[in-house]
Amino acid sequence: MDISQQIAQYIITGLTIGAIYALVAIGFNIIHNATGIVNFAQCEFISLGGMFMYTLVVPLKVKLFIAFFISMAAVALIGALIERGPIRHARSKEIIILIFLTIGISEVLRGIAQEAWGTDNVGVPAFSGESPIHLPGGAAIVPQHIWIFVITVLIVLMLHYFFKKTLMGKAMRATAVNRQAAMLVGIPVNRMVLLSFAFSGGLGAVAGMIIAPISTTSYDTGIMLGLKGFAAAILGGYGNFAGAILGGTILGLMESLGAGLISSQYKDAIAFFVLLLVLFLKPEGILGYGESEKV
Amino acid sequence: MNFFLKNKNIFGFAALAFFIIILPFFVESRYYYIVLNVIGLNTIVVIGLNLLIGFAGQISLGHAAFYGMGSYFSGILTVNYGFSLWPAMLAGMLVTGVIAFLIGYPSLKLKGHYLVMATLGFGIIVNILMGELEQFTGGHDGLMGIPPLAIGGLTFDTDLKNFYLIWVFVFACMLAARNLLNSRVGRALRAIHGSETAAASLGVNTAGYKVKVFVLSAVFASIAGSLYAHYITFISPSTYDFYYSIQVVTMVIVGGMGSLWGSLFGAGVLTVISEALHVAKQYHTIAYGLFLCLVLIFLPEGILVGFYNLYLKRKTQKQIMNLN
Repeated sequence: MDISQQIAQYIITGLTIGAIYALVAIGFNIIHNATGIVNFAQCEFISLGGMFMYTLVVPLKVKLFIAFFISMAAVALIGALIERGPIRHARSKEIIILIFLTIGISEVLRGIAQEAWGTDNVGVPAFSGESPIHLPGGAAIVPQHIWIFVITVLIVLMLHYFFKKTLMGKAMRATAVNRQAAMLVGIPVNRMVLLSFAFSGGLGAVAGMIIAPISTTSYDTGIMLGLKGFAAAILGGYGNFAGAILGGTILGLMESLGAGLISSQYKDAIAFFVLLLVLFLKPEGILGYGESEKV
Repeated sequence: MNFFLKNKNIFGFAALAFFIIILPFFVESRYYYIVLNVIGLNTIVVIGLNLLIGFAGQISLGHAAFYGMGSYFSGILTVNYGFSLWPAMLAGMLVTGVIAFLIGYPSLKLKGHYLVMATLGFGIIVNILMGELEQFTGGHDGLMGIPPLAIGGLTFDTDLKNFYLIWVFVFACMLAARNLLNSRVGRALRAIHGSETAAASLGVNTAGYKVKVFVLSAVFASIAGSLYAHYITFISPSTYDFYYSIQVVTMVIVGGMGSLWGSLFGAGVLTVISEALHVAKQYHTIAYGLFLCLVLIFLPEGILVGFYNLYLKRKTQKQIMNLN
């Protein structure tokens, strides 16, 4: 393989992982817009999605297609329960407290997952075969990559439709813009927040499930993926959906090209280094506006 | 918080000094010394972090990196480059401070959660570098043979001597933090804590103070890191991972954000709990997370301040009852 083929290969891998980051970043954004917090339990949504899928497909032999939706619904439910339980009943509504609360919840979930599944990495079968498809440029693409792209694009389109066209989506956006004003016009704000947790649970689960056949999954795969999803959200401009997609793609490409061309040991360091650089040069993110602190 | 700021703290500091002096008379096993010393080191990190979280209202999830930089600067400079002990520690503090400034300056100018991400990313990068820059850091196997600290002829080579050394530093850091909070800078910080907009409208440079506090907290962590390296004499990357960052933040919360004595309390309680939970090895994560959740849900002011407030509330209720 010559260098241009290799680069094409890195770009495909980068776009794939970038799509995953984008999904996770959108999950972060949805909750951020509804509540103003950073939900670190998002990391656990990814792991849980992958592990539920594994349990249903491998030991229980459920059809992949059905397992996909069951796991997604299950993790969405867990997301909703997190909001309905600890987040809503916390005595302090200070943002900083709620952020730490999500870290605590995340630890509990990870602890339980570790108890339930152990610490081994497990494989999940690919959605449709593993034989690579050769592209004209010489690079190869496995069907799972295509699945990742298609599912991500579908989800983004569905979310776009939901937020722009449906009443409930508009209500959620209104809540994001101004919680009190939304309440005044009769939007059940609490339900919108609940919904945003369920959404982000579902998104996290999907991200965990579609990447599982490529990278295998374990009780804590979500940590790195989740943190990088968060990085992607910040990179694009926190709270901005188009930014999440752009941020995820850039981060995925940088990481993949960096690992391939520079050094794979520094893969994670490269991704975060790019992030620090952007924060340094344009701290509000590529597409963000960012409220300046200066008065 | 008010409770701790109102009392002039002289009593508290006297009590702390008293306990530091007499505690060794009651400690028998080496294990307890190690626990006490780790509590001291964590306290130093937590005091600095508490200034940042409690007063500037900003979160850092990268303090493990600053702690680690203190350790590695002390370790590498003394072992590989023959630096003397204290200059190495000072160099560590200086570099850590400068780097903290470079990270904090752009991200603290903005509202929101940019510092979280910047520190988180930085923490992960530093942790990776510790493992990969083998020719300097010894890689994942760690760096061995770091000499103990010494002043003149006195070498801090036993647990007891290190106990006194570390706790003198704890005492000094507490005192420094208290004096800072009672100074002009402290008043500005408390104003920011109360209402950022109000503080800014009165001419407080809120972003500037936040950056300064962040740098200070990083330097505190670096001091603790240097002390750790010279005490344990062996360092490896796993000590300074993401979980340590979360652990110290948890200590701030459990002790009470913005409470100086709470820092000591939080570091003490959580270090002990963490040690005790090693018995329940596999349930360690669940128990630790559950504890954090419960404190945050029911006592968001921290355990110490939370219970004190509950007590105050009870007392007032009783007084009202009596009046009726």
